[in-house]
Amino acid sequence: MPRPTAWLAGAALLLASAGPAAAAFDPQEPPLGLPPVPVPADNPVTQAKADLGEQLFNDKRFSGDGTIACASCHQPDNAFTDDLPIAKGINDQKGTRHTPTVVNAVYYETQFWDGRRDSLETQALDPLVNPVEHGLESHDAVLEVIRGDDGYTRQFREVFGVAPGDITMDHVTKAIAAFERTQVSGSSPFDRYRYGGEEDAISESAKRGLKIFRNKGRCVDCHTIEQNYATFTDNDFHNLGVGWDRIGDEVFALVDSFRKMKKEGGDADIDTTILTDGKVAELGRFTVSLDPQDVGRFKTPTLRNVAVTAPYMHDGSEQTLMDVVEFYDKGGNANPLLDGGIKELDLTDQEKQDLVAFLKTLTSPRFSDLADNGGK
Amino acid sequence: MSNRFKRRDFLKGTVAAGAATAIPLSLVELSWGMGSQPQASDAQDFTFAYISDSHLTQVKGTEFNENFDGGLKRAVTELNFMSPKPDFVVYGGDLSQLGKAEELDHGLEIMSGIRNLDVKWVIGEHDYYLDLGRYWQDNVSDLHYSFDHKGVHFVVLNSILTFDEWTHNRWPSAMERMKQMARLDNPEGSPFMVGETQREWLRKDLANVSRSTPIVVLSHSPLYQVYRPWNFWTEDAKEVQALLQPFDRVNVLHGHVHQIMYNQIGNITFQAMMATAWPWPYPESYAQHDNAIPKTTVFMNRADPHNSRDGTGWGSVDLISGRETIHHTLWRNTNRTIAYDADAGHPVDTKYQDPADRIPPQNHY
Repeated sequence: MPRPTAWLAGAALLLASAGPAAAAFDPQEPPLGLPPVPVPADNPVTQAKADLGEQLFNDKRFSGDGTIACASCHQPDNAFTDDLPIAKGINDQKGTRHTPTVVNAVYYETQFWDGRRDSLETQALDPLVNPVEHGLESHDAVLEVIRGDDGYTRQFREVFGVAPGDITMDHVTKAIAAFERTQVSGSSPFDRYRYGGEEDAISESAKRGLKIFRNKGRCVDCHTIEQNYATFTDNDFHNLGVGWDRIGDEVFALVDSFRKMKKEGGDADIDTTILTDGKVAELGRFTVSLDPQDVGRFKTPTLRNVAVTAPYMHDGSEQTLMDVVEFYDKGGNANPLLDGGIKELDLTDQEKQDLVAFLKTLTSPRFSDLADNGGK
Repeated sequence: MSNRFKRRDFLKGTVAAGAATAIPLSLVELSWGMGSQPQASDAQDFTFAYISDSHLTQVKGTEFNENFDGGLKRAVTELNFMSPKPDFVVYGGDLSQLGKAEELDHGLEIMSGIRNLDVKWVIGEHDYYLDLGRYWQDNVSDLHYSFDHKGVHFVVLNSILTFDEWTHNRWPSAMERMKQMARLDNPEGSPFMVGETQREWLRKDLANVSRSTPIVVLSHSPLYQVYRPWNFWTEDAKEVQALLQPFDRVNVLHGHVHQIMYNQIGNITFQAMMATAWPWPYPESYAQHDNAIPKTTVFMNRADPHNSRDGTGWGSVDLISGRETIHHTLWRNTNRTIAYDADAGHPVDTKYQDPADRIPPQNHY
């Protein structure tokens, strides 16, 4: 059955999909292959709110020197990422993590590679005041810009019914999150094949690759495919050993000193520390849960649009899809906390190529003209 | 060859038919509150760690089974992360799979990664039956011994001995004997026991311990009787328990069963600790035989068979007022805590003991 869903994601941008352009975003009518979009009760999505959020997302004034917007790293024309292994923020400073795409990020139960924020709303707060990202001293600067901008004050009044002096970061992040919730994309060739019943939507090689993905490759254990939809993430955290070599035996001292820092300083500087201290950053989920079992664990990312969001892993250390497949084939990177499911796969060359062919079918039509930058 | 032990016929027929001697109900149901109130003791509160049942297996030369290596390495690493640090760590036995020197050396090497902690070693049958504990005694530790720590008396027993005839006269080679004992369900097997010599040593060892001193007994196999065909069993359990009953607070910690299991008999609390290698099913899964799984035990959460770490783990033990609180670290699963409930007089799971609080994975099939 054809799914004629399409909606306005921004001023003039139409999501490419079959069927007539519909006016409103309907979280209950997601694209083919996706589940309903989770929307919190206190932040329903409206066109006006999403438009406002998109403007905020693209606004470079929300940075220390007026050069950095959310869109600087999460580039809308580039599948909302930046082609870099490690993100670069204000004054070209490098952080410690690879920019995740915003597309389909609404389906994550936690945000950031270590899940340190539990919603799109709360995530939006941190980069603004991180010294290596937007570099603002505090959120006050954001509110100052907004309150002094007639266009913004009018929109905030329309959307939230709030006077300029009463605009808070809660309103700001709600608008940004609402925009991000509209950035969902499915209807990929894989979706048409698996959920749309189109036998010819993907090649024979990709079909073999899907079988490997679900069996010998063991991929589906974490990159989940469900009966009626696929988010390709289990919303859990796993240790593959990526980046472990940067810490090795120092891990015990790092854990000790992190615990001490947490005890003395609370949560205050965690976001900054993680993006400036390359070694602490490798502790992964542990920095959030403080559970030693979580050392070196990072969130399973979605694989949707993976062909156009290279490089890969939380540190961008794998350049191409084939590099990723080789990484898993050799059993990840050995370390004492390697996840139990990670082991040598013994894939043949043909099987590796088939897997890559399958991964390339996860690109939604909207991004299909982007350079297949991971597709070697 | 003389038979030093009375000939008994349960090796032949009655094992297969289920225990002919009915297991006393008190071993299945809880029995507690026997004897008078415990007297105050000078013992301090402290914590120690417990790692067990790694079953390191040599494949060829210096190649060892990665899965089992991974479990022990993970436990050692997480132990090193423990803060505050425990006082010491117990290794509960079955470090090796077939008792080979290569496997035991490999295990010692991995265990040497533990930072700044003493290890108290308990031997398991997989470590013992190749050379009857020779390599273990020369390189690891004594087979049975005792020590005191902060006012608590610890006893380490070799509880996996068996009849002399089976040990010395039955098998054509040492490796054959080892492999027979390595099987879980073996009609040609032989039940574990502490034995008369060791019981006599225990009696003397305890003679100078005051009644109010908390006691912790470390053995590989359970010092009570759960399921004979799988050697979840001690043949002379009653005699050993009789030596321990006069004391106010006795805690028995054991491995071997690779599952969560806890019981109370009189003043003795029994706690099973997890394996780093693999989980066993509960004996009730073999429905043809009766079993004596303590009714109080809330079964461990069913493991995801696709994840090689689920169903395994390690633990730490808090000794508080002479009673144990067990913290099970269950990899890729929800951790469990079993604490002694003074009002009830027996150990309870702090979250799931009430049937109303159970979760579906605690039903095993």
